[in-house]
Amino acid sequence: MDESRPIFAQLAEQIENDIIIGVMAEETQVPSINEFAAFYRINPATALKGVTMLVDEGALYKKRGIGMFVATGAQARLTTKRRDNFSAEFVAPLLTEAAKLGITPEQLAEMIRKADTA
Amino acid sequence: MTNIIEVSGLTKRFSGVTAVDDATFSVGENKIYGLLGRNGAGKTTLMQLLTGQDFATKGEISVFGQSPVENASVLQHISFIKESQRYPEDFRAKHVFRSAPWFFSNWDADFAEQLIADFRLPLNRRIKKMSRGQVSAIGVIVGLASRAPLTFFDEPYLGLDAVARQTFYDRLLADYAEHPRTVVLSTHLIDEVSNLLEHVLVIDEGRIIIDEDAETLRGSATTVVGTRPAVDAFVGAREVLHRDAIGGLASVTITGLSAQERKDATAAGLELAPVSLQQLIVRRTNTSEKEFEAIA
Repeated sequence: MDESRPIFAQLAEQIENDIIIGVMAEETQVPSINEFAAFYRINPATALKGVTMLVDEGALYKKRGIGMFVATGAQARLTTKRRDNFSAEFVAPLLTEAAKLGITPEQLAEMIRKADTA
Repeated sequence: MTNIIEVSGLTKRFSGVTAVDDATFSVGENKIYGLLGRNGAGKTTLMQLLTGQDFATKGEISVFGQSPVENASVLQHISFIKESQRYPEDFRAKHVFRSAPWFFSNWDADFAEQLIADFRLPLNRRIKKMSRGQVSAIGVIVGLASRAPLTFFDEPYLGLDAVARQTFYDRLLADYAEHPRTVVLSTHLIDEVSNLLEHVLVIDEGRIIIDEDAETLRGSATTVVGTRPAVDAFVGAREVLHRDAIGGLASVTITGLSAQERKDATAAGLELAPVSLQQLIVRRTNTSEKEFEAIA
């Protein structure tokens, strides 16, 4: 957890990551609010806020009296959402830094191709 | 939401010193509060007033709906762990834990025993002979195992090492989750506790200068770094919390940036750095008129 953004948003992002890479499989139960709070050493109210965000987005759903589960289709939906943001979040800063160093987009593309085959 | 503490216009003057200055705030039920501020800011005095250990010069205090002063029906729900707690001469730790249930109706002896093992506290040693950290551990254990509906920890961990402090935070969080209650944690180790807090009260020279949700405070300030003209152009007429300059570079801490403004700043070649809760409080309690003049 870093200081730059609200903790609840970081928790939500962490859970999203786990869903995207399949660590938290669809239709399986996720840890309880108190377990999240203890694991990440955060206030339970903050943990609740992060989980509620994912419930509102439809990535998690509540089974009354049992707990929280990963929704069917959540993996695909979250992956799409992340892809949509990929350009703004990762490509734009990469281009800014490259421009600062005088690296052209073509040279950058070449670097990526090389790194990928390495 | 229910408030269990309501304070309005609270003032405490000692001869010539105003320790608490016209404080108005409330404390909600079952939340963890951070009462933060510099040494001598008024934290301990404020907690003494809230727990009926001192008389207010002016203003109103209501705890569980009543005045706490000499009011047993209020005080029996409060556990106040002080840095400077004194114990009777010849007391050993086991005497403290044996007498604690007389004062705290929610006392959990099993939990206390587990904590004693966690902190490796020697029960039979005279408190006089204990290290500062061991004496602090006694207070921390009493504060946790008493499970009082309202618990104050006033700098509870003088002398506790990093491992013991982490144990305290972990046990506090876990037990709070199981047994929700109101906790007011006064400390200057802000970075260590910031993720535990739900609400933050900052007191400076007796005044409450910040009374805010911890999540709202987090990310409420940003430091902008870049060449001086670029930083100045971007900062414009914003409220500046802090300013540093070295050579042609400037580093300015400002409040509240929207996502669009962040993009603009990055596009203008500026670097944005997060400001931790601790840094934010340092900025807010440390900016004197003189420092501002020095820049101008």
